[in-house]
Amino acid sequence: MKAIPLAYIARNLWVRRVTTLLTAGGMALVVFVYATVLMMSEGIRATLVATGQPDNLLLLRKGAGAEINSGITRAQAAIVESLPGIATNSLGERLLSKEPVVLITLPKRSNGKPSNATVRGTSTLGLELRPQVRIVEGRMFRAGSSEIIAGRAVASGFAGAALGETLRFGQRDWRVVGVFDSGKTGFDSEIWGDAEQMMPAFRRNAYSTIVLRLADPAAAQRIRDAVEADPRLKLEVKPEIQFYAEQSEALATFIRILGLSLSVIFSIGAVVGAMITMFAAVAQRTAEIGTLRALGFRRSAVLVAFLGEALLLSLVGGAIGLAAASAMQAVDISTVNFQTFSELAFQFRLTPMIALQTLLFTLAMGFVGGFIPAWRAARMKIVDCLREG
Amino acid sequence: MFVLRLLLKNAFRHRLRTLLTMVGLVVAICAFGLLRTIVDAWYNGVEGTSSTRLVTRNAISLTFPLPLAYAERIRSVEGVSSVSWSNWFGGIYITERNFFPQFAVEPASYLALYPEYVLTDDEKKAFLLDQRGAVVGRKLANEYGWKIGDQIPLRGTIFPGTWTFTLRGIWDGIDAKTDESQFLFHWKLLSETMRRRSLENADYVGVFIVGINEPQNAAQISQRIDAVFKDSRAETLTETEKAFQLGFVSMSEAILVAIQAVSVVIIVIIMAVMANTMTMTARERLAEYATLRALGFGPAFVVKLLFGESLAIALIGGCIGLLATLPIAAAFAKAVGTLFPVFIVSPLTMALQLLASLAVGAIAAAWPAWKMSRLSIVDGLRHVG
Repeated sequence: MKAIPLAYIARNLWVRRVTTLLTAGGMALVVFVYATVLMMSEGIRATLVATGQPDNLLLLRKGAGAEINSGITRAQAAIVESLPGIATNSLGERLLSKEPVVLITLPKRSNGKPSNATVRGTSTLGLELRPQVRIVEGRMFRAGSSEIIAGRAVASGFAGAALGETLRFGQRDWRVVGVFDSGKTGFDSEIWGDAEQMMPAFRRNAYSTIVLRLADPAAAQRIRDAVEADPRLKLEVKPEIQFYAEQSEALATFIRILGLSLSVIFSIGAVVGAMITMFAAVAQRTAEIGTLRALGFRRSAVLVAFLGEALLLSLVGGAIGLAAASAMQAVDISTVNFQTFSELAFQFRLTPMIALQTLLFTLAMGFVGGFIPAWRAARMKIVDCLREG
Repeated sequence: MFVLRLLLKNAFRHRLRTLLTMVGLVVAICAFGLLRTIVDAWYNGVEGTSSTRLVTRNAISLTFPLPLAYAERIRSVEGVSSVSWSNWFGGIYITERNFFPQFAVEPASYLALYPEYVLTDDEKKAFLLDQRGAVVGRKLANEYGWKIGDQIPLRGTIFPGTWTFTLRGIWDGIDAKTDESQFLFHWKLLSETMRRRSLENADYVGVFIVGINEPQNAAQISQRIDAVFKDSRAETLTETEKAFQLGFVSMSEAILVAIQAVSVVIIVIIMAVMANTMTMTARERLAEYATLRALGFGPAFVVKLLFGESLAIALIGGCIGLLATLPIAAAFAKAVGTLFPVFIVSPLTMALQLLASLAVGAIAAAWPAWKMSRLSIVDGLRHVG
């Protein structure tokens, strides 16, 4: 059986450029929405998952779920500090950071509207526990002073948080002496200062979270067992990676579900567009179809040709849409994560998996839109076709 | 009259194509309306506010509490008529999925400040007398099938432990804008339990709700309250309830802007589909239009025909879409339950839907109409369809 050549199919699209462009344009928009939503959801997930380190453990009060809800007393922290299985650094210090984490409301730099920023009290050990964090401007805060360092997204996103500027909270003025980059993780949206300065400023006696580095992977279970066994410690022990992955779940899922249901609704519009175009193509080329059939091409070849034309049409739209979506990777975006109530900055992220998924979605639209017209073209009788021309 | 009949006859000459275009229009206009309604629902917390209420919170952020002792000092500020307070509880009912707002409130003064929560006198009395009692909005009660007298367990995230409440009343909103998705219980229960456990949160409140009689003086009263606590252990920030709620909404602004952008995108998509339909139609009728011109009709008549046909299709599709929005919105509101306390298609949205379909019709016809008006009669007649 002979197939109708691909060049013939492609040229048909080229002949009717305006129609092709309009139909493909509609599809491109749907594809764009579909792809950006997936990229947004992936961006949030990737940002928060990358925030955790594989060999770090995180402790919170049982049932707290988020750092700002949690409370760990100094006594509890002291017990955790003495547990075996915690790694030490070159100076022989235990790699463990006891951190108060609070939300403060600050005006955004762009429009002055208030939003929540996370403030974390930490120490040089806290910095050591997160090797992805590098100070890119200025220097680290000095212990025992009212100095703070701001994550990149905070420094650019909030008024008064850039290098050399001053923020006022907790009845004190805090000078921003450094800006840090955490490699596109959640820490980019945080402000860090000395834990022992933050506690009195915020009038808190309890830490929010304890982060520690494991001496070896097996120590995780030992520490968990020790915490479970001690009735004074009503704490939850989680790998840091798992904790941050859970923080991203609600927002990422919300965006994905909203976006996917929108894309499906939108795709009806695009499919209708493809169908109209393909029906018109079939109607216009009735005589041509008759000729092809008379030349010996089978019904199936005609079906494949028109279906191929619809798929090609959708691929054009898909390529345009995907190209536009990939340009979105350059855009920085931030929104409040409603699991933590704090602002989270992230990027759209295009993965091969998303590109593949998007192309499949595009082809599905082309197939649904093109099948009925192609079927009709294939069912036509040769005599009728030729008579019509 | 003749022109109108010609328009409609023309519009349905290619019945399949016209129907498909209309289906696309219905979907697009419907989706546009729903998306706008979602954004409206987000802002509903703002719509439901009263100008006679101020909210005083800790200046650092909402997660920081204020001492209860502030209540008396706020009450003595000039212009303040009453004070109540509430704490965000953040409990989980069975699983994390069942999200609804829960507040520990000072019951008598709180209900007095929120007259839009309509409870019967018996329910109100039963609630006030039972320190383990709770009242909820009608929508929330319906969602979980709660009846008065039911025991409702909540697992605390901020306040540890499992807390069990007896449902003492279900309020109905005074109008459609009233939030019926909240869960209120006694602040005293919270503070006494926390004191017994000697945790640091006892005798602290999340926010003060301040009642005022002269809404026009809200700004001065807010400043007066904040001045009282300036340079104290916990500085306050007082704003109108509306500004307070707007603060919440603006935090999710990125998502809202995205939804709004997407609602425009769907209109552009359907514009492309519609423009395609009209271009094809015009191309097929070249010879016909040329004949009309040859008969003595001016170029304006051909333009009118194209625009009229395009607008007719767009308007019919748009109207069906508009009518379809209402039942779909109702079904959607039912499906999401208390996530959006109020979900109503506003008159403005309906007007915009109609406007959007008109715009689609007009813009879709623009390019073919321009082309046809410049067509020379001879070329048109020579053209083989």
